[in-house]
Amino acid sequence: MGVGIRTLDLRKTYLSSPVSPPAGDGVGTAPVQPKRRKVKTEIVALDGISLEIQPGEIFGLLGPNGAGKSTTVGIFTTRIKPSSGHVWVGEHDVWAEQVAVKRLIGVVAQRPNLDSSLTAREILVFHGAYFGLNSHERTKRAALLLDRFKLSDRANQMVRGFSGGMLQRLSIARAMMHDPQVLFLDEPSSGLDPQTRLLLWEIVREYNDSGKTVLLTTHNMEEADALCQRLAIIDHGRVIALGTPTELKASVPGGFILRLRFGHHSPSLVEQLKGLRGVRKVNAAQNSADVYADRGGSLLSEIANLASAAGVALSDAHISEPSLENLFLHHTGRGLRE
Amino acid sequence: MNWKAFLAMLARDVRVARRNFIPLLLQTFLQPLIFVFIFGRVMVGSGYMPAQYKSLLVPGILAISMFASGIWAVAMPLIAEFQISREIEDRLLAPMKISWVAVEKVVFGALQALASGVVVIPASWILLRPGVEFSLHRPLVFAAVALLVALFSASAGLVIGCTIEPPQTGLLFSLIISPMVFFGCAYYPWHALDAFPILQKAVLVNPLVYASEGLRAALVPQFPHLPLSIAFAGLIAFDALLFTAGLRQFQKKAVN
Repeated sequence: MGVGIRTLDLRKTYLSSPVSPPAGDGVGTAPVQPKRRKVKTEIVALDGISLEIQPGEIFGLLGPNGAGKSTTVGIFTTRIKPSSGHVWVGEHDVWAEQVAVKRLIGVVAQRPNLDSSLTAREILVFHGAYFGLNSHERTKRAALLLDRFKLSDRANQMVRGFSGGMLQRLSIARAMMHDPQVLFLDEPSSGLDPQTRLLLWEIVREYNDSGKTVLLTTHNMEEADALCQRLAIIDHGRVIALGTPTELKASVPGGFILRLRFGHHSPSLVEQLKGLRGVRKVNAAQNSADVYADRGGSLLSEIANLASAAGVALSDAHISEPSLENLFLHHTGRGLRE
Repeated sequence: MNWKAFLAMLARDVRVARRNFIPLLLQTFLQPLIFVFIFGRVMVGSGYMPAQYKSLLVPGILAISMFASGIWAVAMPLIAEFQISREIEDRLLAPMKISWVAVEKVVFGALQALASGVVVIPASWILLRPGVEFSLHRPLVFAAVALLVALFSASAGLVIGCTIEPPQTGLLFSLIISPMVFFGCAYYPWHALDAFPILQKAVLVNPLVYASEGLRAALVPQFPHLPLSIAFAGLIAFDALLFTAGLRQFQKKAVN
Protein backbone atom coordinates (compact mmCIF):
# COMPACT_ATOMS: atom_id res chain seq x y z
CA MET A 1 0.00 0.00 0.00
CA GLY A 2 1.52 3.30 -1.08
CA VAL A 3 1.83 6.44 0.95
CA GLY A 4 0.14 9.70 0.01
CA ILE A 5 0.71 13.31 0.99
CA ARG A 6 -1.88 15.78 2.18
CA THR A 7 -1.48 19.47 2.90
CA LEU A 8 -3.90 21.92 4.40
CA ASP A 9 -3.57 25.65 3.87
CA LEU A 10 0.21 25.61 3.95
CA ARG A 11 1.83 29.00 4.34
CA LYS A 12 5.43 30.07 4.61
CA THR A 13 6.70 33.59 5.00
CA TYR A 14 10.30 34.66 5.32
CA LEU A 15 11.54 37.85 6.90
CA SER A 16 14.17 39.63 4.94
CA SER A 17 15.98 42.93 5.32
CA PRO A 18 15.14 45.37 2.56
CA VAL A 19 17.73 45.83 -0.15
CA SER A 20 19.44 49.23 0.12
CA PRO A 21 18.71 51.46 -2.86
CA PRO A 22 21.71 51.99 -5.09
CA ALA A 23 23.74 55.15 -4.43
CA GLY A 24 22.37 58.19 -6.22
CA ASP A 25 19.12 56.46 -6.96
CA GLY A 26 15.89 58.43 -6.67
CA VAL A 27 17.39 61.81 -5.85
CA GLY A 28 14.65 64.03 -4.44
CA THR A 29 12.09 61.25 -4.50
CA ALA A 30 13.32 59.03 -1.70
CA PRO A 31 11.13 59.29 1.41
CA VAL A 32 12.74 61.16 4.26
CA GLN A 33 13.53 58.75 7.05
CA PRO A 34 13.92 60.34 10.46
CA LYS A 35 16.02 57.46 11.72
CA ARG A 36 17.87 54.69 9.96
CA ARG A 37 16.01 51.60 11.07
CA LYS A 38 16.22 48.19 9.55
CA VAL A 39 12.69 47.25 8.65
CA LYS A 40 12.33 43.61 7.69
CA THR A 41 10.21 42.82 4.69
CA GLU A 42 7.88 39.86 4.77
CA ILE A 43 8.26 37.63 1.75
CA VAL A 44 5.41 35.22 1.15
CA ALA A 45 6.84 32.01 -0.29
CA LEU A 46 3.72 29.86 0.10
CA ASP A 47 0.29 31.37 0.29
CA GLY A 48 -2.14 28.69 1.40
CA ILE A 49 -1.33 25.48 -0.46
CA SER A 50 -3.81 22.64 -0.07
CA LEU A 51 -3.04 19.48 -2.02
CA GLU A 52 -3.83 15.81 -1.91
CA ILE A 53 -1.25 13.58 -3.55
CA GLN A 54 -2.54 10.04 -3.97
CA PRO A 55 -0.53 7.00 -2.89
CA GLY A 56 1.37 5.57 -5.83
CA GLU A 57 1.10 8.50 -8.21
CA ILE A 58 3.75 10.61 -9.90
CA PHE A 59 2.79 14.12 -8.99
CA GLY A 60 4.48 17.21 -10.38
CA LEU A 61 4.80 20.74 -9.12
CA LEU A 62 5.29 22.92 -12.15
CA GLY A 63 6.13 26.57 -11.97
CA PRO A 64 8.73 29.19 -12.71
CA ASN A 65 11.78 29.83 -10.53
CA GLY A 66 10.76 31.37 -7.23
CA ALA A 67 7.18 30.07 -7.44
CA GLY A 68 7.50 28.17 -4.15
CA LYS A 69 8.19 24.65 -5.43
CA SER A 70 11.38 24.04 -3.43
CA THR A 71 9.85 25.57 -0.30
CA THR A 72 6.94 23.15 -0.66
CA VAL A 73 9.33 20.20 -0.98
CA GLY A 74 11.38 21.56 1.95
CA ILE A 75 8.29 21.56 4.16
CA PHE A 76 7.18 18.10 2.96
CA THR A 77 10.61 16.71 3.84
CA THR A 78 10.94 18.20 7.37
CA ARG A 79 13.63 20.64 6.30
CA ILE A 80 11.58 23.86 6.42
CA LYS A 81 9.14 24.76 9.17
CA PRO A 82 5.84 26.06 7.80
CA SER A 83 4.55 29.36 9.16
CA SER A 84 1.09 27.81 9.37
CA GLY A 85 -0.92 24.92 7.98
CA HIS A 86 -0.35 21.17 8.07
CA VAL A 87 1.28 18.43 6.01
CA TRP A 88 0.84 14.71 6.43
CA VAL A 89 2.96 12.06 4.78
CA GLY A 90 0.84 8.92 5.10
CA GLU A 91 -0.67 9.17 8.57
CA HIS A 92 2.18 11.21 10.01
CA ASP A 93 2.14 14.93 10.65
CA VAL A 94 5.42 16.06 9.07
CA TRP A 95 6.41 18.62 11.67
CA ALA A 96 5.25 16.69 14.76
CA GLU A 97 6.51 13.23 13.71
CA GLN A 98 9.67 14.02 11.83
CA VAL A 99 11.50 10.76 12.48
CA ALA A 100 8.59 8.62 11.29
CA VAL A 101 8.28 10.77 8.17
CA LYS A 102 12.00 10.62 7.43
CA ARG A 103 11.80 6.83 7.41
CA LEU A 104 9.23 7.00 4.61
CA ILE A 105 10.86 9.51 2.31
CA GLY A 106 13.85 9.80 -0.01
CA VAL A 107 14.97 13.24 -1.09
CA VAL A 108 16.96 14.53 -4.05
CA ALA A 109 17.82 18.19 -3.50
CA GLN A 110 17.96 20.71 -6.28
CA ARG A 111 21.70 21.17 -5.79
CA PRO A 112 23.81 18.01 -5.38
CA ASN A 113 24.89 17.76 -1.75
CA LEU A 114 26.82 14.50 -1.81
CA ASP A 115 29.37 13.77 0.89
CA SER A 116 32.61 14.88 -0.76
CA SER A 117 34.74 13.07 1.83
CA LEU A 118 33.48 9.67 0.68
CA THR A 119 33.58 7.53 -2.44
CA ALA A 120 30.42 6.96 -4.48
CA ARG A 121 29.97 3.49 -2.99
CA GLU A 122 30.59 4.70 0.56
CA ILE A 123 27.98 7.44 0.10
CA LEU A 124 25.37 4.79 -0.66
CA VAL A 125 26.57 2.35 1.97
CA PHE A 126 26.65 4.94 4.77
CA HIS A 127 23.24 6.24 3.73
CA GLY A 128 21.95 2.68 4.01
CA ALA A 129 23.55 2.42 7.45
CA TYR A 130 21.81 5.64 8.62
CA PHE A 131 18.55 3.91 7.71
CA GLY A 132 19.46 0.74 9.58
CA LEU A 133 20.18 -1.61 6.65
CA ASN A 134 22.51 -4.40 7.70
CA SER A 135 25.97 -4.71 6.19
CA HIS A 136 25.00 -7.39 3.66
CA GLU A 137 21.86 -5.55 2.52
CA ARG A 138 23.53 -2.20 2.06
CA THR A 139 26.50 -3.59 0.15
CA LYS A 140 24.20 -5.51 -2.17
CA ARG A 141 21.80 -2.64 -2.71
CA ALA A 142 24.61 -0.13 -3.29
CA ALA A 143 26.11 -2.38 -5.99
CA LEU A 144 22.69 -2.76 -7.61
CA LEU A 145 22.01 0.97 -7.70
CA LEU A 146 25.50 1.84 -8.92
CA ASP A 147 24.94 -0.57 -11.77
CA ARG A 148 21.43 0.72 -12.51
CA PHE A 149 22.66 4.32 -12.61
CA LYS A 150 25.71 3.36 -14.71
CA LEU A 151 28.20 4.40 -12.04
CA SER A 152 29.86 1.03 -11.28
CA ASP A 153 33.12 1.96 -12.99
CA ARG A 154 33.49 5.04 -10.75
CA ALA A 155 32.14 3.40 -7.58
CA ASN A 156 35.36 3.56 -5.62
CA GLN A 157 36.31 7.10 -6.55
CA MET A 158 35.72 10.21 -4.50
CA VAL A 159 32.85 12.22 -5.94
CA ARG A 160 34.85 15.46 -6.15
CA GLY A 161 35.78 14.82 -9.77
CA PHE A 162 32.31 13.70 -10.90
CA SER A 163 30.45 15.56 -13.64
CA GLY A 164 27.13 17.28 -12.90
CA GLY A 165 25.19 14.42 -14.48
CA MET A 166 27.03 11.81 -12.44
CA LEU A 167 26.43 13.73 -9.23
CA GLN A 168 22.75 13.95 -10.03
CA ARG A 169 22.50 10.23 -10.80
CA LEU A 170 24.30 9.37 -7.57
CA SER A 171 22.02 11.73 -5.62
CA ILE A 172 19.00 9.86 -6.95
CA ALA A 173 20.60 6.50 -6.23
CA ARG A 174 21.27 7.64 -2.68
CA ALA A 175 17.66 8.74 -2.20
CA MET A 176 16.52 5.29 -3.38
CA MET A 177 19.02 3.41 -1.22
CA HIS A 178 16.63 2.79 1.68
CA ASP A 179 13.71 2.03 -0.65
CA PRO A 180 11.52 4.94 0.49
CA GLN A 181 7.75 4.94 0.03
CA VAL A 182 7.79 8.52 -1.25
CA LEU A 183 10.50 9.92 -3.45
CA PHE A 184 10.98 13.69 -3.70
CA LEU A 185 12.90 14.99 -6.69
CA ASP A 186 13.54 18.72 -6.78
CA GLU A 187 14.33 19.72 -10.38
CA PRO A 188 15.79 16.27 -11.09
CA SER A 189 16.76 16.77 -14.68
CA SER A 190 18.27 20.24 -14.52
CA GLY A 191 21.72 20.05 -16.04
CA LEU A 192 21.26 16.52 -17.38
CA ASP A 193 21.98 15.61 -20.98
CA PRO A 194 19.01 14.21 -22.95
CA GLN A 195 20.23 10.63 -22.68
CA THR A 196 20.60 10.77 -18.89
CA ARG A 197 17.23 12.52 -18.65
CA LEU A 198 15.61 9.58 -20.43
CA LEU A 199 17.39 7.15 -18.11
CA LEU A 200 16.09 9.15 -15.15
CA TRP A 201 12.53 9.12 -16.46
CA GLU A 202 12.73 5.38 -17.01
CA ILE A 203 13.98 4.82 -13.47
CA VAL A 204 11.29 7.07 -11.97
CA ARG A 205 8.54 5.23 -13.89
CA GLU A 206 9.97 1.87 -12.85
CA TYR A 207 10.08 3.02 -9.23
CA ASN A 208 6.50 4.20 -9.47
CA ASP A 209 5.42 0.87 -11.00
CA SER A 210 6.27 -0.78 -7.68
CA GLY A 211 3.53 1.32 -6.02
CA LYS A 212 5.76 4.11 -4.71
CA THR A 213 4.73 7.76 -4.71
CA VAL A 214 6.92 10.25 -6.55
CA LEU A 215 6.75 14.00 -6.17
CA LEU A 216 8.87 16.05 -8.51
CA THR A 217 9.26 19.72 -9.15
CA THR A 218 10.17 21.05 -12.53
CA HIS A 219 9.95 24.07 -14.70
CA ASN A 220 10.35 21.86 -17.74
CA MET A 221 6.97 21.30 -19.34
CA GLU A 222 8.17 18.41 -21.43
CA GLU A 223 9.21 16.57 -18.30
CA ALA A 224 5.99 17.37 -16.46
CA ASP A 225 3.98 16.26 -19.47
CA ALA A 226 5.92 13.05 -20.04
CA LEU A 227 6.31 11.89 -16.48
CA CYS A 228 3.56 13.19 -14.22
CA GLN A 229 0.17 11.60 -13.80
CA ARG A 230 -1.13 14.76 -12.12
CA LEU A 231 0.23 18.25 -11.84
CA ALA A 232 -0.18 21.31 -9.72
CA ILE A 233 0.84 24.53 -11.38
CA ILE A 234 2.28 26.91 -8.81
CA ASP A 235 2.88 30.61 -9.06
CA HIS A 236 3.63 33.11 -6.30
CA GLY A 237 3.11 30.39 -3.68
CA ARG A 238 -0.38 29.44 -4.85
CA VAL A 239 -1.79 26.50 -6.75
CA ILE A 240 -3.28 28.03 -9.87
CA ALA A 241 -4.28 24.82 -11.63
CA LEU A 242 -4.50 21.14 -10.76
CA GLY A 243 -5.21 18.05 -12.84
CA THR A 244 -3.75 15.55 -15.30
CA PRO A 245 -1.56 17.06 -18.03
CA THR A 246 -4.30 16.27 -20.59
CA GLU A 247 -7.03 17.88 -18.50
CA LEU A 248 -4.92 20.92 -17.85
CA LYS A 249 -4.00 21.40 -21.47
CA ALA A 250 -7.64 21.00 -22.47
CA SER A 251 -8.61 23.75 -20.04
CA VAL A 252 -6.92 26.38 -22.23
CA PRO A 253 -9.61 27.75 -24.59
CA GLY A 254 -8.81 26.39 -28.02
CA GLY A 255 -5.38 25.14 -27.06
CA PHE A 256 -3.32 27.48 -29.25
CA ILE A 257 -2.27 30.93 -28.09
CA LEU A 258 -1.14 33.64 -30.49
CA ARG A 259 0.65 36.47 -28.70
CA LEU A 260 0.42 39.58 -30.86
CA ARG A 261 1.97 43.01 -30.56
CA PHE A 262 0.67 45.98 -32.54
CA GLY A 263 1.98 49.41 -33.44
CA HIS A 264 -0.88 50.97 -31.51
CA HIS A 265 -4.02 50.00 -29.66
CA SER A 266 -7.16 49.51 -31.74
CA PRO A 267 -10.38 48.37 -29.98
CA SER A 268 -12.11 47.76 -33.30
CA LEU A 269 -9.32 45.41 -34.43
CA VAL A 270 -9.71 43.45 -31.19
CA GLU A 271 -13.43 43.07 -31.89
CA GLN A 272 -12.65 41.85 -35.41
CA LEU A 273 -10.14 39.33 -34.03
CA LYS A 274 -12.86 37.84 -31.82
CA GLY A 275 -14.95 37.22 -34.93
CA LEU A 276 -12.32 35.11 -36.73
CA ARG A 277 -13.10 31.41 -37.20
CA GLY A 278 -11.68 29.23 -34.40
CA VAL A 279 -10.95 32.13 -32.03
CA ARG A 280 -12.29 31.37 -28.54
CA LYS A 281 -11.09 34.30 -26.54
CA VAL A 282 -9.02 37.47 -26.90
CA ASN A 283 -7.20 39.08 -23.98
CA ALA A 284 -6.26 42.55 -25.14
CA ALA A 285 -3.91 44.92 -23.36
CA GLN A 286 -2.51 48.32 -24.34
CA ASN A 287 -1.02 47.43 -27.72
CA SER A 288 -0.90 43.67 -27.47
CA ALA A 289 -3.37 40.81 -27.54
CA ASP A 290 -3.36 37.11 -26.61
CA VAL A 291 -5.62 35.23 -28.99
CA TYR A 292 -6.87 31.81 -27.81
CA ALA A 293 -7.86 29.65 -30.74
CA ASP A 294 -8.14 26.06 -31.95
CA ARG A 295 -5.64 26.68 -34.76
CA GLY A 296 -2.33 28.48 -35.02
CA GLY A 297 -0.37 29.25 -38.19
CA SER A 298 -3.36 29.40 -40.54
CA LEU A 299 -4.89 32.14 -38.40
CA LEU A 300 -1.86 34.36 -38.64
CA SER A 301 -2.33 35.44 -42.25
CA GLU A 302 -5.96 36.35 -41.51
CA ILE A 303 -4.86 38.43 -38.50
CA ALA A 304 -2.19 40.16 -40.61
CA ASN A 305 -4.81 41.01 -43.25
CA LEU A 306 -7.23 42.42 -40.65
CA ALA A 307 -4.47 44.51 -39.06
CA SER A 308 -3.38 45.83 -42.42
CA ALA A 309 -6.96 46.74 -43.34
CA ALA A 310 -7.37 48.54 -39.99
CA GLY A 311 -4.12 50.45 -40.54
CA VAL A 312 -2.46 48.87 -37.52
CA ALA A 313 1.08 47.53 -37.82
CA LEU A 314 1.54 43.96 -36.57
CA SER A 315 4.99 44.28 -35.01
CA ASP A 316 5.38 40.84 -33.38
CA ALA A 317 3.59 37.50 -33.32
CA HIS A 318 4.30 34.30 -31.43
CA ILE A 319 2.36 31.08 -31.79
CA SER A 320 2.25 28.63 -28.87
CA GLU A 321 0.95 25.15 -29.59
CA PRO A 322 -1.21 23.37 -26.96
CA SER A 323 1.12 22.91 -24.00
CA LEU A 324 1.49 23.39 -20.30
CA GLU A 325 3.29 26.61 -21.04
CA ASN A 326 0.06 27.88 -22.63
CA LEU A 327 -1.79 26.84 -19.53
CA PHE A 328 0.58 28.82 -17.38
CA LEU A 329 0.23 31.76 -19.71
CA HIS A 330 -3.53 31.41 -19.62
CA HIS A 331 -3.65 31.56 -15.82
CA THR A 332 -0.95 34.11 -15.12
CA GLY A 333 -0.63 36.18 -18.28
CA ARG A 334 3.09 35.34 -18.19
CA GLY A 335 5.24 32.67 -19.79
CA LEU A 336 7.00 30.14 -17.57
CA ARG A 337 10.36 31.67 -18.30
CA GLU A 338 9.33 35.31 -17.95
CA MET B 1 16.83 7.14 20.04
CA ASN B 2 18.12 5.54 16.83
CA TRP B 3 21.51 4.16 17.87
CA LYS B 4 22.09 2.51 14.49
CA ALA B 5 21.98 5.86 12.70
CA PHE B 6 24.03 7.52 15.43
CA LEU B 7 26.77 4.89 15.30
CA ALA B 8 26.74 4.90 11.49
CA MET B 9 27.43 8.64 11.53
CA LEU B 10 30.21 8.12 14.04
CA ALA B 11 31.64 5.40 11.77
CA ARG B 12 31.41 7.82 8.84
CA ASP B 13 33.40 10.46 10.74
CA VAL B 14 36.01 7.90 11.82
CA ARG B 15 36.35 6.73 8.19
CA VAL B 16 36.93 10.29 7.00
CA ALA B 17 39.41 10.99 9.83
CA ARG B 18 41.31 7.79 9.00
CA ARG B 19 41.46 8.82 5.35
CA ASN B 20 42.89 12.23 6.32
CA PHE B 21 45.14 10.83 9.04
CA ILE B 22 48.45 12.46 8.03
CA PRO B 23 47.15 16.00 7.39
CA LEU B 24 45.10 15.71 10.57
CA LEU B 25 48.16 14.69 12.54
CA LEU B 26 50.23 17.58 11.21
CA GLN B 27 47.44 20.09 11.67
CA THR B 28 46.82 19.10 15.27
CA PHE B 29 50.20 18.25 16.71
CA LEU B 30 52.87 20.08 14.79
CA GLN B 31 52.39 23.46 16.43
CA PRO B 32 52.13 22.30 20.06
CA LEU B 33 55.06 19.96 19.65
CA ILE B 34 57.21 22.70 18.13
CA PHE B 35 56.24 24.81 21.11
CA VAL B 36 57.24 22.00 23.45
CA PHE B 37 60.55 21.65 21.68
CA ILE B 38 61.42 25.38 21.66
CA PHE B 39 60.26 26.28 25.17
CA GLY B 40 60.82 22.99 26.92
CA ARG B 41 63.96 21.88 25.20
CA VAL B 42 65.77 24.84 23.60
CA MET B 43 64.93 27.55 26.16
CA VAL B 44 65.44 25.24 29.13
CA GLY B 45 68.58 23.70 27.62
CA SER B 46 70.10 27.13 26.99
CA GLY B 47 69.36 28.25 30.53
CA TYR B 48 66.76 30.95 29.73
CA MET B 49 64.00 28.94 31.42
CA PRO B 50 64.26 26.97 34.67
CA ALA B 51 64.41 23.19 34.29
CA GLN B 52 61.09 22.73 36.10
CA TYR B 53 59.33 24.63 33.30
CA LYS B 54 59.40 21.40 31.30
CA SER B 55 57.01 19.73 33.69
CA LEU B 56 54.85 22.83 34.06
CA LEU B 57 54.44 23.02 30.29
CA VAL B 58 53.10 19.50 29.70
CA PRO B 59 49.53 19.96 31.05
CA GLY B 60 49.17 23.27 29.22
CA ILE B 61 50.31 21.77 25.92
CA LEU B 62 47.95 18.86 26.51
CA ALA B 63 45.07 21.32 27.07
CA ILE B 64 45.90 23.32 23.93
CA SER B 65 46.25 20.21 21.76
CA MET B 66 42.95 18.77 22.95
CA PHE B 67 41.26 22.14 22.57
CA ALA B 68 42.54 22.66 19.01
CA SER B 69 41.80 19.08 18.06
CA GLY B 70 38.19 19.17 19.34
CA ILE B 71 37.50 22.50 17.68
CA TRP B 72 39.01 21.40 14.36
CA ALA B 73 37.15 18.12 14.35
CA VAL B 74 33.75 19.78 14.82
CA ALA B 75 33.90 23.38 13.61
CA MET B 76 35.69 23.01 10.29
CA PRO B 77 33.49 20.26 8.82
CA LEU B 78 30.38 22.05 10.08
CA ILE B 79 31.36 25.36 8.49
CA ALA B 80 31.92 23.58 5.18
CA GLU B 81 29.04 21.11 5.28
CA PHE B 82 26.44 23.42 6.70
CA GLN B 83 27.24 26.66 5.07
CA ILE B 84 28.99 25.87 1.81
CA SER B 85 28.14 22.45 0.42
CA ARG B 86 25.08 21.48 2.51
CA GLU B 87 26.58 17.99 2.58
CA ILE B 88 25.19 17.48 6.06
CA GLU B 89 21.68 17.40 4.55
CA ASP B 90 21.83 13.61 4.09
CA ARG B 91 22.50 13.12 7.80
CA LEU B 92 19.78 15.60 8.78
CA LEU B 93 17.37 13.46 6.77
CA ALA B 94 18.38 10.27 8.59
CA PRO B 95 15.57 8.81 10.74
CA MET B 96 16.80 10.39 13.95
CA LYS B 97 16.09 13.70 15.70
CA ILE B 98 18.36 16.30 14.17
CA SER B 99 19.79 17.33 17.54
CA TRP B 100 21.41 13.87 17.69
CA VAL B 101 23.42 14.76 14.58
CA ALA B 102 24.92 17.59 16.66
CA VAL B 103 25.47 15.24 19.61
CA GLU B 104 27.28 12.83 17.29
CA LYS B 105 29.54 15.66 16.12
CA VAL B 106 30.37 16.52 19.73
CA VAL B 107 31.04 12.87 20.63
CA PHE B 108 33.33 12.48 17.63
CA GLY B 109 35.12 15.78 18.40
CA ALA B 110 35.59 14.73 22.02
CA LEU B 111 37.00 11.35 20.92
CA GLN B 112 39.42 13.09 18.60
CA ALA B 113 40.44 15.48 21.39
CA LEU B 114 41.06 12.49 23.70
CA ALA B 115 43.05 10.75 20.97
CA SER B 116 45.19 13.84 20.60
CA GLY B 117 45.79 13.81 24.36
CA VAL B 118 46.87 10.18 24.17
CA VAL B 119 49.45 11.13 21.51
CA VAL B 120 50.66 14.39 23.07
CA ILE B 121 51.57 12.97 26.49
CA PRO B 122 54.15 10.43 25.27
CA ALA B 123 55.31 12.73 22.45
CA SER B 124 56.08 15.60 24.83
CA TRP B 125 57.64 13.19 27.31
CA ILE B 126 59.98 11.93 24.58
CA LEU B 127 60.79 15.48 23.45
CA LEU B 128 61.41 16.81 26.95
CA ARG B 129 63.11 14.00 28.81
CA PRO B 130 65.15 13.83 30.92
CA GLY B 131 63.89 15.98 33.73
CA VAL B 132 60.19 16.05 33.02
CA GLU B 133 58.18 15.03 36.04
CA PHE B 134 54.53 14.25 35.78
CA SER B 135 52.67 11.41 37.27
CA LEU B 136 49.30 9.77 36.88
CA HIS B 137 48.93 9.24 40.59
CA ARG B 138 45.18 9.94 40.40
CA PRO B 139 44.16 8.30 37.14
CA LEU B 140 40.42 8.72 37.69
CA VAL B 141 40.76 12.43 38.38
CA PHE B 142 42.93 12.79 35.30
CA ALA B 143 40.45 10.83 33.18
CA ALA B 144 37.54 12.95 34.44
CA VAL B 145 39.35 16.23 33.76
CA ALA B 146 40.48 15.00 30.32
CA LEU B 147 36.92 13.98 29.44
CA LEU B 148 35.53 17.37 30.47
CA VAL B 149 38.27 19.14 28.49
CA ALA B 150 37.47 17.02 25.43
CA LEU B 151 33.75 17.79 25.74
CA PHE B 152 34.42 21.48 26.20
CA SER B 153 36.61 21.53 23.05
CA ALA B 154 34.06 19.71 20.92
CA SER B 155 31.18 21.84 22.26
CA ALA B 156 33.15 25.01 21.50
CA GLY B 157 33.62 23.56 18.00
CA LEU B 158 29.86 23.10 17.70
CA VAL B 159 29.19 26.71 18.68
CA ILE B 160 31.86 28.01 16.30
CA GLY B 161 30.89 25.71 13.43
CA CYS B 162 27.27 26.84 13.55
CA THR B 163 28.01 30.52 14.09
CA ILE B 164 31.03 31.56 12.05
CA GLU B 165 30.37 32.31 8.40
CA PRO B 166 32.94 30.86 5.98
CA PRO B 167 34.56 34.24 5.12
CA GLN B 168 35.15 34.85 8.83
CA THR B 169 37.17 31.67 9.33
CA GLY B 170 40.41 33.69 9.36
CA LEU B 171 39.09 35.88 12.16
CA LEU B 172 38.32 32.77 14.18
CA PHE B 173 42.02 32.32 14.85
CA SER B 174 42.97 35.91 15.51
CA LEU B 175 39.88 36.82 17.53
CA ILE B 176 38.96 33.63 19.33
CA ILE B 177 41.54 30.84 19.31
CA SER B 178 44.74 32.89 19.84
CA PRO B 179 43.43 35.02 22.74
CA MET B 180 41.94 31.92 24.34
CA VAL B 181 45.24 30.06 24.08
CA PHE B 182 47.45 32.89 25.31
CA PHE B 183 45.12 33.90 28.14
CA GLY B 184 44.28 30.28 28.91
CA CYS B 185 47.03 29.67 31.52
CA ALA B 186 48.48 26.99 29.27
CA TYR B 187 52.05 28.31 29.26
CA TYR B 188 51.98 29.57 32.84
CA PRO B 189 49.97 28.69 35.96
CA TRP B 190 47.06 30.89 36.97
CA HIS B 191 48.99 31.94 40.10
CA ALA B 192 51.64 33.47 37.86
CA LEU B 193 49.07 36.21 37.26
CA ASP B 194 49.07 37.19 40.98
CA ALA B 195 50.99 40.29 39.98
CA PHE B 196 48.24 41.24 37.51
CA PRO B 197 45.09 41.04 39.66
CA ILE B 198 42.68 42.45 37.06
CA LEU B 199 43.95 40.16 34.33
CA GLN B 200 43.90 37.26 36.78
CA LYS B 201 40.18 37.75 37.35
CA ALA B 202 39.41 38.54 33.73
CA VAL B 203 40.90 35.29 32.40
CA LEU B 204 38.43 33.30 34.50
CA VAL B 205 35.86 33.78 31.73
CA ASN B 206 38.14 31.71 29.51
CA PRO B 207 37.23 28.03 29.78
CA LEU B 208 40.73 27.01 28.74
CA VAL B 209 41.97 28.29 32.14
CA TYR B 210 40.00 25.55 33.90
CA ALA B 211 41.24 23.00 31.37
CA SER B 212 44.92 23.90 31.84
CA GLU B 213 44.64 24.23 35.60
CA GLY B 214 42.59 21.06 35.96
CA LEU B 215 45.13 19.05 33.98
CA ARG B 216 47.91 20.71 35.95
CA ALA B 217 46.23 19.65 39.21
CA ALA B 218 45.89 16.10 37.92
CA LEU B 219 49.34 15.70 36.32
CA VAL B 220 51.77 18.02 38.11
CA PRO B 221 50.22 18.86 41.49
CA GLN B 222 53.65 20.00 42.75
CA PHE B 223 53.04 23.32 40.94
CA PRO B 224 50.53 25.90 42.12
CA HIS B 225 47.14 25.40 40.52
CA LEU B 226 43.47 26.22 41.00
CA PRO B 227 41.73 23.87 43.44
CA LEU B 228 40.39 20.82 41.61
CA SER B 229 36.87 21.61 42.76
CA ILE B 230 37.01 25.01 41.01
CA ALA B 231 38.52 23.48 37.86
CA PHE B 232 35.78 20.84 37.79
CA ALA B 233 33.05 23.41 38.44
CA GLY B 234 34.40 25.69 35.70
CA LEU B 235 34.69 22.88 33.17
CA ILE B 236 31.24 21.45 33.94
CA ALA B 237 29.66 24.91 33.72
CA PHE B 238 31.36 25.73 30.41
CA ASP B 239 30.64 22.26 28.99
CA ALA B 240 26.95 22.72 29.76
CA LEU B 241 26.86 26.31 28.51
CA LEU B 242 28.71 25.66 25.24
CA PHE B 243 26.88 22.42 24.51
CA THR B 244 23.46 24.02 25.08
CA ALA B 245 24.36 27.09 23.02
CA GLY B 246 25.85 24.90 20.26
CA LEU B 247 22.79 22.69 20.12
CA ARG B 248 20.49 25.71 19.81
CA GLN B 249 22.63 27.20 17.09
CA PHE B 250 22.72 23.84 15.28
CA GLN B 251 18.95 23.52 15.32
CA LYS B 252 18.56 27.09 14.12
CA LYS B 253 20.92 26.41 11.23
CA ALA B 254 19.47 23.00 10.41
CA VAL B 255 15.84 24.01 9.98
CA ASN B 256 14.81 26.92 7.86
